[in-house]
Amino acid sequence: MPKIKLPTKTPHIDMTPMVDTFAVVLTFLLLTTTMRQPEPANVDTPFSISETPTPDFNSMTFLLSPDGKVFMNFDNGPDTILKFRPKILVEMGKRYGIEFNEFEQREFEKYPSSMGVPITQMKEFLNTKEAAGRKNFQTGIPMDSADNQLAMWIQYARTVNPNIQACIKGDSKTEFPVVKRVLDILQELNVKRYSLITNLEGAKINLEEIQQ
Amino acid sequence: MAEVIVEEKGGKKKAKKHPPRLDMTPMVDLMCLLITFFMLTTALSKPKVMDITLPDKLTDPNQKAPLIAASRTLNIILGPENKIYWYPGTVKPEDYNNLPPVFETDFSATGIRQLLLDRNRALFRKIADFKQQVISGKINISQDSTESAIRKLKTDDDTGPIVLIKAYKKANYGNFVDILDEMNICGIARCPFVDIAWYEERMVEAAAGIAATTTASSN
Repeated sequence: MPKIKLPTKTPHIDMTPMVDTFAVVLTFLLLTTTMRQPEPANVDTPFSISETPTPDFNSMTFLLSPDGKVFMNFDNGPDTILKFRPKILVEMGKRYGIEFNEFEQREFEKYPSSMGVPITQMKEFLNTKEAAGRKNFQTGIPMDSADNQLAMWIQYARTVNPNIQACIKGDSKTEFPVVKRVLDILQELNVKRYSLITNLEGAKINLEEIQQ
Repeated sequence: MAEVIVEEKGGKKKAKKHPPRLDMTPMVDLMCLLITFFMLTTALSKPKVMDITLPDKLTDPNQKAPLIAASRTLNIILGPENKIYWYPGTVKPEDYNNLPPVFETDFSATGIRQLLLDRNRALFRKIADFKQQVISGKINISQDSTESAIRKLKTDDDTGPIVLIKAYKKANYGNFVDILDEMNICGIARCPFVDIAWYEERMVEAAAGIAATTTASSN
């Protein structure tokens, strides 16, 4: 074999420390990251000075989109170990005379973001595989007085998990009547304490000015 | 490690002069990409929540809402286009033909906040002093009890305004959160959220120059 002739030496930079730092940063980011789940509707939450963090579990979140649709989510994202989600779905199915099989319950459990599907279409929604196809079913939960499914969801969620806490996540531009309707439903069901999801912003008040 | 040390075997082969160097550039490139990806997708600031409590709904028709002093009452109505309308005291629905004017203000620091702070000066100063003393160590109190101590200050308060928050139908959710936030900032002790009355809708419509809705809702 002919000997490969090495080219004349170029100055070699030792990249080891750089690689080490990168690895540390990468590990840190990998461990701390929480993936943002795409919500069915784009929602820009308003700002407040509140510093209480969002609860990770025992929560039901109602997403109010700017065009007045209502979506809901239990335990923000994938289900926790206690498996409240399929139980809520089964109870809801019983109320409306729909039976959900094992597969559909698991799909409901796994669904990572908010759902706004009328219960009559829930079965088809859960059996649809593609995300694009599922999107068509997200028409918002009906909540008029004739067919108040939102109230039913809240009621069964509270029956299954008595510690559940209601959170409302609305867009700044959501019309007030929609918000009022949701608040009324909550109030009718005796949910008196609930949380509004906001982003943090600082507010400064000049003390000297006030103390004049 | 960047360099791999190759052991010589038995001396049969010629010892290599340079140990093979691994080129790490592609690895660094890849790591850079991954770091950028994670930095962009990660949600660093977790959303916060603001707790609110609503009063019981009056189901019994014989039950009456608690009476409050008109002199302490301040009515705030969230209007269209991010405006706030307010008026002090109460209005009787009998005065339909002679409704008092509403004052217009906005969500800026010199708007509603100034108004609320002016009326709530005593309590606000008390809370601010208390916080100052906690920070400077004059009062030795644990972090958990600070909150409840402030809440105690608020419930004991009997001079500050009672703010009734109402919303006109053209208001949006952002206004609602903003006004509740403003109550927190100004340390308002009592700020129930109540339904808007039909005569108040009229007052807002008159002030904002909106044609009055023909079907006056009765709630």
